Amino acid sequence: MKFKKILPQLLTLIFIILVFGFFTMNAQENMGARGLEFGFGFLNTQASFDIQFSLIDYDGSHTYARAYLVGLLNTLLVAFIGIILATLLGAVVGVARLSPNYLIRKTASFYIEFFRNIPLLLQIFFWYFAALRALPMLEDAPMLLNSSFMTIKGLYAPSPIWTNFDVFFTTIIIAMIAIFFFTRYAKKKQEQEGKRLPVLIISLAIFIGLPLLTFLIGGVGLSWSFPVIRQMSASSYTFDGGLKIPPELIALTLALTLYTATFIAENVRAGIQGIGKGQKEAAASIGLTPSQVLKLVIMPQALRIIIPPTTNQYLNLTKNSSLAAAIAYPDLVLVFAGTAMMQTGRAIEIVGITMATYLTISLGISLLMNWYNKRIAIQEK
Amino acid sequence: MTINNMNFFKNKSKFQKNRNISLILGVLFFSVGIVDFYLNNYFNTNITSFLPRIINFFTPLIFGVIGLHLIRMEYSGIKILDSLNKNINTTNFNAALSVSIILLIIFGLPPLLNWLILDANFAGDTKEACTGGGACWVYIKVWFNRFMYGMYPNAEQWRVNLTFITVLVFMAAGFFTPTSLRNYLSLYYVLILPIISFILIYFIVSGGSFGLVWVETGAWGGLSLTFMVSFFSLIFCFPLGMMLALGRRSNLPIVKYSSLSFIEFWRGVPLITVLFMSAVMFPMFLPDGTYVDKLIRVVVAITLFEAAYTAEVIRGGLQALPRGQYDAAKSLGMGYWRMHVFVILPQALKLVIPGIANTFLALIKDTPLIFVVGLLELVGMLNLAKTNPKWLGFSMEGYVFAGIIFWIICYSMSKYSQNLELKYKTDR
Repeated sequence: MKFKKILPQLLTLIFIILVFGFFTMNAQENMGARGLEFGFGFLNTQASFDIQFSLIDYDGSHTYARAYLVGLLNTLLVAFIGIILATLLGAVVGVARLSPNYLIRKTASFYIEFFRNIPLLLQIFFWYFAALRALPMLEDAPMLLNSSFMTIKGLYAPSPIWTNFDVFFTTIIIAMIAIFFFTRYAKKKQEQEGKRLPVLIISLAIFIGLPLLTFLIGGVGLSWSFPVIRQMSASSYTFDGGLKIPPELIALTLALTLYTATFIAENVRAGIQGIGKGQKEAAASIGLTPSQVLKLVIMPQALRIIIPPTTNQYLNLTKNSSLAAAIAYPDLVLVFAGTAMMQTGRAIEIVGITMATYLTISLGISLLMNWYNKRIAIQEK
Repeated sequence: MTINNMNFFKNKSKFQKNRNISLILGVLFFSVGIVDFYLNNYFNTNITSFLPRIINFFTPLIFGVIGLHLIRMEYSGIKILDSLNKNINTTNFNAALSVSIILLIIFGLPPLLNWLILDANFAGDTKEACTGGGACWVYIKVWFNRFMYGMYPNAEQWRVNLTFITVLVFMAAGFFTPTSLRNYLSLYYVLILPIISFILIYFIVSGGSFGLVWVETGAWGGLSLTFMVSFFSLIFCFPLGMMLALGRRSNLPIVKYSSLSFIEFWRGVPLITVLFMSAVMFPMFLPDGTYVDKLIRVVVAITLFEAAYTAEVIRGGLQALPRGQYDAAKSLGMGYWRMHVFVILPQALKLVIPGIANTFLALIKDTPLIFVVGLLELVGMLNLAKTNPKWLGFSMEGYVFAGIIFWIICYSMSKYSQNLELKYKTDR
């Protein structure tokens, strides 16, 4: 009996060791033949290539480690924007799928069936190479909302100029902490005395009011820098000031949002449909108002069904953002696994770091979600 | 609301009169809104230009909602009107949304149809044939062979067709096996069919023997490559995924945790980095001088990647089986392998067919990524054709064409898997 348990494990172990051993041996030999030595020292050498779009200060004189950070931040940026937009769109479409209105229902399901059945890469190409290329040149672009320009070279929008931004930022954090303690206090009070405080309104007041106060007494100021067109030569124009959002980012965000929102919409629909009709009726029969029914009975249960698969979609979106490499948006894959690898030739280290980064993000979010799921799971007594 | 006041029912003639008036008024308002919008968009005339500018923009919407509001009633006796009220006109909010969607269709559909069909060019062989404002389908016609077969020589394309038809015949043959051979069907699909297809592709598509010209894999491409890659990846990832799923549920710690880490690793990284790995990192792991064909490396990479997802799908099926099945099999004195082969897997696999279909769908949608290693399937071919100096400026047509093809494939597959899901739901 014991033998039966040990033998398969032993075989697996030997197999794994053999495969890894074979690979390591060959890798060592190959790298030796090319005069490379395994190590991460190259990260501290000068990168000497430029990156088109960067959230932090970067130019060719910085190190490869800095270039990695730029790529990572760009990936996280597109994932962050995509997740927020896809959640909003997905929630709206998911609810629309269940609408009593025939036209809305059909429009929503048409949207879902259309966008989820076309490869994401094709959609990214479509937005980048076909749709956004149809936009006007810089000099012909009409002004939108009296401030922004949507051109073939990207979106030019006003950028905020802060004075004493750190004061403002600290106040926002203080407001968040205050709200956290206030909700705890309100919950305690309700459990002890049965009184419900208007939590939402007071929280909103704190969140908006406190930062606004800093404008009056904290010396925080905000002004806008508007993009202004300037002629450089006979046929070339540029915008001065403002914020430039490159078309790669727009195309990528658009495609990721529209694609992922279809999956989130289906999750939302399944979540709402998963709640029995009896729940709603029971809640109404004990005298809850419709908004209370939704807030206290339907949503907590629906969210329990919606959140796990939706987290999966968030992870998919983050991983899919690596398709950015196809349209030259400087994300982690393009900057690091593309340009940096071409320059250094260190395939194993660089692909390894890239994969480890994605793996860390994925496993980190999975762990967080497992913890959250355990927290909101129904406590059966 | 306006009309569904019970008082109206007391006096029939009064009710009738009011109803007719509001009906006529409602239809009138609604059509004025629609006509106004239509004229605005397609004839550049604005019949409501006397109104202030902000209201003017929303007049079609406002008129439409007023119209729908007037014709909303509990029961009218007119069939069309009743179903209209019930389906798109229950409240003012709903009416506003319905009108917006109708206006959106009026706004979007005619230009789209014009571009796709009415103004499009179908005849001709050169770029000069495209004169209209619509799509230039001539471009697709000229490049069709490239989009389907990549750089595969035109004279040899019958070989690809022949192979595909033969493989399809062998696949279909599974459905017509006599009942006595039914038990070996899964063996046929998992083992024999892949071998047959591989031999066919090796000897016919690749060539080099039997008097056929050798065509290197770098020249393969287009939609046929999409099918080849996804077909082989699916076939190979299925048994691997099954082993991993069993491994993950095993109670032997080493087997369990090695399967678990394998699955979590591949599920945690994007496919594009896996392909990068197969392109630049994998050659470093092989003895110097060994060369593995690009296509094989890609298929192996995608297989490993998808196997992790397949494993999770199959694990779902294994978990869905009631414990009693395991207990019953064990009480009959079956060992681990006999229990799984004869009792557990046949039931579990039936449950996961829709899930496998979804994985396959994702696989097909992922194949365009193989452009990373320089293999050009349909989308890659489009990007190549787009840069041809003779045919600049037709990227839109190309993407729409590829979109339609992929959409048809994926939509029909997802519908099929939904049907299967329904079918197996009622079975249990």
